[in-house]
Amino acid sequence: MIRFESVTKQFGRRKVLDEISFEIRKGEVFVIVGASGTGKSVTLKHMVRLLTPNAGRVMIDDVVINHAYGRELERVRERFGYLFQGGALLAWMNVFDNVALPLREKTRMGKDEIARKVRETLAMVGLENDGDKMPSEISGGMQKRAGLARAIVRDPEIVLYDEPTSGLDPVTARMIDQLIARLNRQIGITSVVVTHDLHSALTIGDRIAMLKNGKVAELSTPAEFRKSRNPAVREFLDAQFITPEAQEGGF
Amino acid sequence: MIVREPRQFPETTNSLQNLGRRCLVIIGETGRCGVLLAQSLWAARHLLVSRRMRRETVAQMYVAGIRSIPVITIVAVFTGMILALQTGLVLSRYNQEIYVGSGVMVTMLREMGPFMTGLILAACVGSSMAAQLGTMMVNDEIAALEIMSIDPVRFLMTPRMVAMLVMTPVLSFYTCMMGVLGGGVVAMTQLNLKWSQYMVNAMDFADIKDLYVGLFKSVIFGATIVTVACYEGFTTEQGAVGVGMATRRSVISAFLLILVLGYFVTRIFYN
Repeated sequence: MIRFESVTKQFGRRKVLDEISFEIRKGEVFVIVGASGTGKSVTLKHMVRLLTPNAGRVMIDDVVINHAYGRELERVRERFGYLFQGGALLAWMNVFDNVALPLREKTRMGKDEIARKVRETLAMVGLENDGDKMPSEISGGMQKRAGLARAIVRDPEIVLYDEPTSGLDPVTARMIDQLIARLNRQIGITSVVVTHDLHSALTIGDRIAMLKNGKVAELSTPAEFRKSRNPAVREFLDAQFITPEAQEGGF
Repeated sequence: MIVREPRQFPETTNSLQNLGRRCLVIIGETGRCGVLLAQSLWAARHLLVSRRMRRETVAQMYVAGIRSIPVITIVAVFTGMILALQTGLVLSRYNQEIYVGSGVMVTMLREMGPFMTGLILAACVGSSMAAQLGTMMVNDEIAALEIMSIDPVRFLMTPRMVAMLVMTPVLSFYTCMMGVLGGGVVAMTQLNLKWSQYMVNAMDFADIKDLYVGLFKSVIFGATIVTVACYEGFTTEQGAVGVGMATRRSVISAFLLILVLGYFVTRIFYN
C-alpha cells in the first residue's frame, strides 16, 4: 500500500534517511521506532508529501507521490488521516469545530449530518462532552484525542500517528493504544505509528521497523523484535526494561 | 509557498559571492511573494460561495480596522498638529499662516495619510499576522490543514488580504481627516486662525486626484503588508525563535517596502 524505495532525505549535509526501503501492507499496524533524530517523523511526513525525498521513490499503491501536485496530491492526501505530536488543533476553534472542519470544507454534507458525524467521532475518542471546549482549555491527552478525532472523521484508509502517546500518563497512553488497535480491527484502517514507546509498539504493532542512522536496522513482528539479537534493538529494549521472555500484550 | 526544509545555499568564499547570493535570495523571495499575492487574490473568488470565508473576512476587517482606530486616531491627530505647527511657524514669518490648512490637507492626502496608516498597520496587524501564522506553522497546524487538503492560502491568507484591501483605504481616509482636524486645533489655538478660515483654505487645496492617489497607495500598502506577513509566517522555521524572527522580518520588510513603493507611486502620478 505504501512503499519506500531507496528513499534518501538530506537536510544540508545531514543525511536523515539513507536509502531506506520498506513496504506497509493494507490493514496492518506498522510501527516505526527509534531514538530521537533518527528520521521517524521525517519518514511519516514523506508519506503525505509534506517532505520530498532527495532520492528514491515514495509510492502509495502504484502512484509515485514524489512530485504529486494540485488535485493529484489532494486525492492522495484524502486517503490519509494524520495525528500530529501536539494534536495541531486550530487554536481559535473549539473541539467540535476542529473536528468538523474537514467535513465542512471538503464535503457536501449538511449541517445536521456533520453534527451527527462529529458527535459520533468525538464519542469514539471519549470526548463527547468536550466539544464546546477550546483547545487551550483541555489537557494534552485530550488534545491528542481531539486531533485523532479530526484525523479519522472522514473515514480515511490510512492513519499516520506521530508520537501518539508521548507526554501522556500511562492510563491515557494505553487508552490511545486501544483506540488505534480498535480502529484497525473494527474499521480496517491501515495505521502507521511513530513512537518511542516500545510497550505501545509491541502491543499494537503487526510489524515494527527500527530506524538507526537513517537506515532500517530491523523490520520484524513484535515477537521477533523482542527476541532480536540486533545490538541496536537490544539496546532499545533494555533501556525500556523489556526482556525476550516478557509476555506479549495485545488488545 | 509553505517551506518545511531549511533553505540551503552554496557556500561562499568571498564578499562578491556573498553579495550575489544575497541578491539571488532577494529575487527568489520577491518572486515567491508575488506568487503568494496572486494565489490569495485568485482564491478570493471563493468568497462568493463560502460563508465561512465571508465571516472570517469580516472578523479580520474588525481586527485590522476597528481595533486599529485608537492608535491611528492618536497618531493622525498629532501628525496633523505637528504639520500645522511647523508649517504655521514658517508661514507666520511672512504673515501667510492662513495657508496652513492647505499645507496640512495636501500633505495628509498625498503622503502622510496612507504612509502613517501603512506603518501603523504593518506594526500592529502585519506583525500579529506573521506571529500567528508562524506559530501555526511551528505547531504543525498549517501542515494539518494541508493534509486535510485545505489550502492554507485560501483558508488563512485570502480573508486577511481582502479585509486589508477594504480597510486600508478607509483607514487612510480617516487618518487624513483626523490629521486635518488636529491641524485645525493648532491653527485655532496657536496660530490665531478661525476654524472657518483654516477649513476653507484646506478645502480649496483638496484635490480629488490627491485623494485617489492616496487611496490607491494605501491599497498597495495593504496588499504589501499582508503578503510580507503571510510569506514570513508560512516560511517560519525553528520554533519560538523562528516566530520572533519572522515577526521582526515582516515588520522591517513592510516598513521598507512602504517607503520604497510610496516613492514610486508618487513618482508615477506626480511626474
